[in-house]
Amino acid sequence: MRRFIIRRFAFSLVSIVVATFAVFMLSRAAGDPLLLYANSGYGLTAEGEEALRKRLALDRAVPVQYALWLGRTLKGDMGETILDRKPVSRIVTQRLPSTIHLGATAFFLSFLVGIPLGILSAVKRGTIWDYIGRFLALLGQAVPSFWLGLVLILLFAVHWQIFPAALRGDGIWDVKHLVLPTITLAAGGFAFYMRITRTAMLEVLDSEYVRLARAKGVSNNGVIWKHAFKNALIQPLTGMTLGLTFFLTGSVLVETIFAWPGMGNMAITAVNNNDFPLLQGAVFFFTILFVGMTFITDLLYAYIDPRIRYD
Amino acid sequence: MGAQQRELESRSFGSQIWYFLRRWPLIPLVLMTILLFTGIFAPFVSPADPVEQSLGFRNFPPTWGKAMPEYNVVPNPADYDLETTKGKSAYSRAKKNSFPRSKFVLGADNLGRDVLSRIVFGARISLQVTAWALTSGIIIGTGLGLIAGYFGGWTDEVLMRIVDVWLALPFILIALVIAQQFLHEGGAALGVVIFIIALVAWTPFVRQVRADVLTIRGQEYVMAAKIAGASHLRLIIRHIMPGTLSTILVVATLRVGQLILTESTLSFLGAGIPDPIPAWGKSVSDGRQFIEEAWWISFWPGFAIFLVVMSLNFFGDWLRDRLDPRLRQLD
Repeated sequence: MRRFIIRRFAFSLVSIVVATFAVFMLSRAAGDPLLLYANSGYGLTAEGEEALRKRLALDRAVPVQYALWLGRTLKGDMGETILDRKPVSRIVTQRLPSTIHLGATAFFLSFLVGIPLGILSAVKRGTIWDYIGRFLALLGQAVPSFWLGLVLILLFAVHWQIFPAALRGDGIWDVKHLVLPTITLAAGGFAFYMRITRTAMLEVLDSEYVRLARAKGVSNNGVIWKHAFKNALIQPLTGMTLGLTFFLTGSVLVETIFAWPGMGNMAITAVNNNDFPLLQGAVFFFTILFVGMTFITDLLYAYIDPRIRYD
Repeated sequence: MGAQQRELESRSFGSQIWYFLRRWPLIPLVLMTILLFTGIFAPFVSPADPVEQSLGFRNFPPTWGKAMPEYNVVPNPADYDLETTKGKSAYSRAKKNSFPRSKFVLGADNLGRDVLSRIVFGARISLQVTAWALTSGIIIGTGLGLIAGYFGGWTDEVLMRIVDVWLALPFILIALVIAQQFLHEGGAALGVVIFIIALVAWTPFVRQVRADVLTIRGQEYVMAAKIAGASHLRLIIRHIMPGTLSTILVVATLRVGQLILTESTLSFLGAGIPDPIPAWGKSVSDGRQFIEEAWWISFWPGFAIFLVVMSLNFFGDWLRDRLDPRLRQLD
């Protein structure tokens, strides 16, 4: 168990390094970063250019620059943005709560709707409930979130004017601003959880011990809640990792559509302005979020399901 | 067959249809056929030129095929003196300028381009990108899966860890950065887009094919071939790979929809196909700022993506249940 944890942890670190390194190399391939500084109207002289180049360590080889960046980042200094020379770490800490706010709400919504619906669909297999549930999951899986967001804006913000079309509002209890982005982001995740819960539940209901319980004369409700439910939950709980990709990729899109002031929105701006310190920071945090959650679910998996092999 | 047939015949007509629809993925098949047909024959199917702008018809609402009295000025031949060349040319000019019924069925976009024609040509682009990306994904993914499963040991370990790291990358940001390097005219070149989509296409093939190979490898016929002196290459290609084909088919079908979604997402974010070429995701993003006065610009291309992805997923599920129910773990 201990070896398993250490291995997964080392692996998580490698993932973070690879992701940030890839983006570092790619954004450096765009050309001389110094030109970006000069273009933003600093009126550099030749000496000033040399000094700036030295200060930003742009005269070193790119892998060395990466190592310097990583070292500074671990100390908490992520450099300054090119566009308005603000510290990246401050922007990120301003933006991170918004993204977590939206992501967590969407995550709980999709989990709390997806799992009961998956169980209902499996228990009432072949009935109208099953068809409704599966149809909703099919919709959620196929709908492009950027389109769903626009359709929701069209209906609820433009036509009926119930919810605002953009921005976050203030504080985490400003539900009005939260409704549309949450639904947009939760659609894909809901479909995912509903499908794996249904599959897992069907499998468990078909297993020998459930049949034995039925043969023993346990009531239908007893079979479902006492015997099947807990074991069927292993799949969706541990499948959270895969679902998280929805929320991370999704947040980039949803935040763009609803002008939600989060990390995804920031990352898109950074890419468009080629603001590489900011982009680098965004990638760093996105990867940490994703890899961290993967690590936690791996541990959860090992804890919940004793059958897992620790390799 | 007997019992099933009898049961089917004893049902009412309505429930027979329902039974048929449940058994065969008819609707998805029809939609996919339409997609393929319009994609391949786009120039013949499309009612208008997808890039031709008629600025007089900016944000023109959908006509649904009916004639619009204020625009539909079909010339009456009786009004023209068709005996003279001058009259003839005046008549043909008037006819050309009149508002054709087939135009703007789903409306016009902000540059007066026909939305339906752009969707038709967009189908072609989507098919092109996903076909190339999927093919390269199948080749790379299957190849690596075969190698990982067959050789096992540290080869397997390294390959699978690479796949794990790959899946942990914030792909959408990396794709945007790559596209940014090759940016021109509001999008990346077609080849770059195909390359980016191919980067995500291959991973599920490695995992599923590897899992298949692990079971096939121990089969007696593979052992027998090995004892008979077959080389590694021969064992993999002749004896193991055929056993993985149904898995590849199922994974590929389920993957197409996701790739189409990815492609449209990238082009929505401005990192997709360059500008004059109509791509679904970009059309949706074009219409964003006109959502209040011209919803049809964004709505229809997005709806097309939705329908296509839904039918592909549905068909993939059906195929999986038919060929390889084991793969249900996949989603």
